[in-house]
Amino acid sequence: MTVVEERDRSVLTRVQHLLHAQATIGPAVVLLVSVVVFALLSDRFLTPGNISLVLQQVAVVGTLAVGQTIVILTAGIDLSCGAIMVLTSIVMAKVAAETGLPGLPALLLGFLVGTLCGLLNGLLVTRLKLPPFIVTLGTLNVFFALNLWYSGSATIRGTDMPPLLLWTGQTFTVGGTRITYGSILLVLLVAVMAFVLKNTAWGRHVYSTGDDLEASRLSGIRTARVLLSVYATAGLIYAVAAWTLIGRIASASPQAGQTDNLDSITAVVIGGTSLFGGRGAVVGSLIGALIVGVFRNGLALAGVDVLWQTMAVGVLIIVAVSLDQWIRKVKA
Amino acid sequence: MTTPILQATGLVKRYGKVTALAGSDLELLPGEVLAVIGDNGAGKSSLIKALSGAVIPDEGEILLDGRPVSFPSPLDARRAGIETVHQSLAVAPSLDIAANLFLGRERRRPGVLGSVFRMLDRTGMREEARRQLDALGIMTIQNPGQAVETLSGGQRQAVAVARAAAFGSRVVIMDEPTAALGVRESRAVLDLILQVRDRGLPVILISHNMPHVFEVADRIHIQRLGRRKAVVDPKSVSMSDAVAIMTGALEPPA
Repeated sequence: MTVVEERDRSVLTRVQHLLHAQATIGPAVVLLVSVVVFALLSDRFLTPGNISLVLQQVAVVGTLAVGQTIVILTAGIDLSCGAIMVLTSIVMAKVAAETGLPGLPALLLGFLVGTLCGLLNGLLVTRLKLPPFIVTLGTLNVFFALNLWYSGSATIRGTDMPPLLLWTGQTFTVGGTRITYGSILLVLLVAVMAFVLKNTAWGRHVYSTGDDLEASRLSGIRTARVLLSVYATAGLIYAVAAWTLIGRIASASPQAGQTDNLDSITAVVIGGTSLFGGRGAVVGSLIGALIVGVFRNGLALAGVDVLWQTMAVGVLIIVAVSLDQWIRKVKA
Repeated sequence: MTTPILQATGLVKRYGKVTALAGSDLELLPGEVLAVIGDNGAGKSSLIKALSGAVIPDEGEILLDGRPVSFPSPLDARRAGIETVHQSLAVAPSLDIAANLFLGRERRRPGVLGSVFRMLDRTGMREEARRQLDALGIMTIQNPGQAVETLSGGQRQAVAVARAAAFGSRVVIMDEPTAALGVRESRAVLDLILQVRDRGLPVILISHNMPHVFEVADRIHIQRLGRRKAVVDPKSVSMSDAVAIMTGALEPPA
């Protein structure tokens, strides 16, 4: 009896160590299993049309989640990401539509606005030393109000915009599956960010700042500068998400993406990144966004009511965070 | 008289109405272990933080090799060759040993990979970490790729000491390095301190543990009420007399 228990525990411990070393293994397994299960439940799930639908649905939240990941890695949180995205999408679209500014400068202006919004978050976090939750809760409302003011609560139609702003919604076909350029942009962004986090000193400092702020400071890392750069970079990434959003809905709406801030946090957490900072990976967040997309889509195809889809996502979040707590207790 | 490597004169540090340092002096001679002892609130930590750049003193002067220096941040003290092992250890638990050893001074790959793509030299840093751990005889740590949070308290301490010894070119400061350790682990850390000294690096050791202090210190700096009360020779002063000076029960011998 005791012997069996001993063996069970050692298997469990080994799993714990594996997850500790490779945080994305858990989410990857969940994604794989859910894809297989939903494919068995519905013939339509793995059809090219459905796959491209899931990828399109995931592109916007997935892009936001890339920025959200680096903020959460520093033990922060960004509630304002959706508001920054909507504000920048309105700025890009309205400036182009009203002044006839060509696509590229309009896009770059949007990127600038997104970066400045992120920089404001970073300044409030590092200078006023306010908790990121409070800072971004405040700026969420500020940016959203600016968005309503500047847009006059009116949607800007895609037909009034330069084609470049709508490019992210354009598709090309691979093996019958239509893929948007927005999805490709997301994959590229994940790849670049994964490389930077893993292979540069800046990436390492992002992790260590979230892991132990004081230890990082005493080790000579300019933690305030790291945090500033993280929030500003996140703002720039939200502006990329704004571009993808315009392509996705073929317009710029001041009411779009209202819950995308929470959805991006969901994707990051399900993707195995710890809310307490210092642990996680941006690839996990992409997988996390895909898991949510696959769950919602698969359950819908299986004829499950929307309310149960939402409940399934809620359960996933709780499970993911409990798992993180357990992994953190790993012993040598 | 030999020039002190590190010298502080008249350091003052106030936190609001509390005066942590009331004109404190300190001298560290080449090749010695200088222990700093003092009751709680005597200003040990503030003194050490001022020397390591963690706090900026309101008044006073710090001399390194006889030249005045100022450390606005811990990085400046490190650049000047003063390495500190903080009581909180200052390690990032989820990073591995090699990453912690090089935290804040990562090495990049040579060529385009390093200069354009900013790629870190992971293998090089791991090998160097291995060499540093071996040089200090830290054999209990097998793999420099191991996350620090999976290490025991003594092993973490060893990592922090190895980091200080690897990069400190002038002075190593250790704040309560044995406070959280068991008997055997403390033993290993005391040996490490002596090894660092024998490599030619002077060490400032802050400790509450009198037997440890008397075992490794060449001189003992006694801090009391924000000032240096006395500097004594552990070979000529007894442990109980040192404690008595520290608490004010005994006036130091002239």
